[in-house]
Amino acid sequence: MKQTPLFHEHTEHDARIVEFAHWAMPVQYPTGTLVEHATVRTAAGLFDVSHMGEFEIAGPGATAFLQKMTVNDVESLAVGDAQYSLLLNEHGGIIDDIIVYCLAVDQYLLVVNAGNAETDWHWLMAHQREDAQLVNRSEEYALLALQGPKADTILQPLTTMPLGTIRRFGIAPTHLHGIPMLLARTGYTGEPGYEMFIPAKDAALIWRTLLAAGKPHGLIPCGLGARDTLRLEMGYPLHGHEITIKTTPWETRLSWVVKLDKGDFIGRDALSAQKAAGWERQLVGFTMVDPGIPRAGYPLITHHKPVGYVTSGTMSPSLRVGIGLGFLPKNIAQPHTKFSVDIRGTERLAEVVQLPFYHTQ
Amino acid sequence: MEIDKECKFTKEHEWIRLEDNVVTVGITDYAQTQLGDVVFVELPDEGDTVTKGESLGVVESVKAVSDIFAPVSGEIIAANSPLKDQPEQVNADCYGEGWMVRIEMSNIDELEDLMSPDDYATFVAAEHG
Repeated sequence: MKQTPLFHEHTEHDARIVEFAHWAMPVQYPTGTLVEHATVRTAAGLFDVSHMGEFEIAGPGATAFLQKMTVNDVESLAVGDAQYSLLLNEHGGIIDDIIVYCLAVDQYLLVVNAGNAETDWHWLMAHQREDAQLVNRSEEYALLALQGPKADTILQPLTTMPLGTIRRFGIAPTHLHGIPMLLARTGYTGEPGYEMFIPAKDAALIWRTLLAAGKPHGLIPCGLGARDTLRLEMGYPLHGHEITIKTTPWETRLSWVVKLDKGDFIGRDALSAQKAAGWERQLVGFTMVDPGIPRAGYPLITHHKPVGYVTSGTMSPSLRVGIGLGFLPKNIAQPHTKFSVDIRGTERLAEVVQLPFYHTQ
Repeated sequence: MEIDKECKFTKEHEWIRLEDNVVTVGITDYAQTQLGDVVFVELPDEGDTVTKGESLGVVESVKAVSDIFAPVSGEIIAANSPLKDQPEQVNADCYGEGWMVRIEMSNIDELEDLMSPDDYATFVAAEHG
């Protein structure tokens, strides 16, 4: 298993380590997932997400290259902007969901999922053009996420940069505790906060500095368990669950990301065709009406017949009710539709709801 | 890891406490630690009959689903229904308030298959590596 530059920080904190996408990652600290989750909602949590991949793309053809490779409109980005986007194959299937950061004119940083980093890299390299250089920076960067309503309070004393100058979904180079880094106002929890791209060799110093500075404000280290329950309460998709190579953006509530009129991109023809022809299934959010916790893979049932399946589910720590994402036939995928989840052989009533499940304060 | 010396244990990490021909059943400290935060408990109804080795209920943590296996056969004479609203009791007090069910045994010989506290400690040490 691969280890992030912070592996020893996690074991020193008695984190429980699990394998995730061939990485040895902390799933929780001794405080437990529920406390970590609540702390991010009310104070702040610090996550090591260094397993994510980072690719840099630069050169006079970088913008054109990314316009072709991704579904969102890269030309709309100003320097310092970030954009959620997708890599599709020719069939409109989702290879990965990514963030595109515009660092400078014709210079971009892509953040990709750990489990897809290798596939993404080969896919991008296979379409490389001479006027756009690709560099895999995954080994050079540690990525920390500081998330929660106290994030600004904790971070501001550590940098001379006024944090207010970084807009939501913005990124800027800065120094923290004397260490150069890229600071982005992005995250995967629904809470205000930052993601920090730090030189791998300085990761432990920054980790400790942040935890010490944040302690009076309630900051604790958090694991992937809380990261998953936090993103699920927001209805954010996770590649490999809601979105896969076999799903398209239309089916998975990601049509807002797709800019069909921006010009050609890989997957565009397939998406146009599916948009014209229609599609059968729709990703929905649902809450349990009956007791029980939906889990990935459980069948969704109407009239005692399986018509879909759960892609992710959990007990919502904030709402204390079973919540899930899953596919239903498009014709019944409207809020308030009642259906059942087959929970280990028993049909339990559930209801389609508007996302997000949880509204941040 | 706490092992209650008054109890006997199964390989599925349940504890049982015997009074006459009635056993109280719960999951061990090792089991609740491995599961993490328990967020849902489903128990059988009073009057249900259970067979040794079969699932009688479910304990779910944030990430995992775990069956509770009947350590002995018999009739459910009580279920700890407050766990429905307070599943965290399983983490907080697994040998006390976090108990699951009481079973009136139909075959007292089944007790012989259970482990002593010392044997269970050895078993966990071996399983945990």
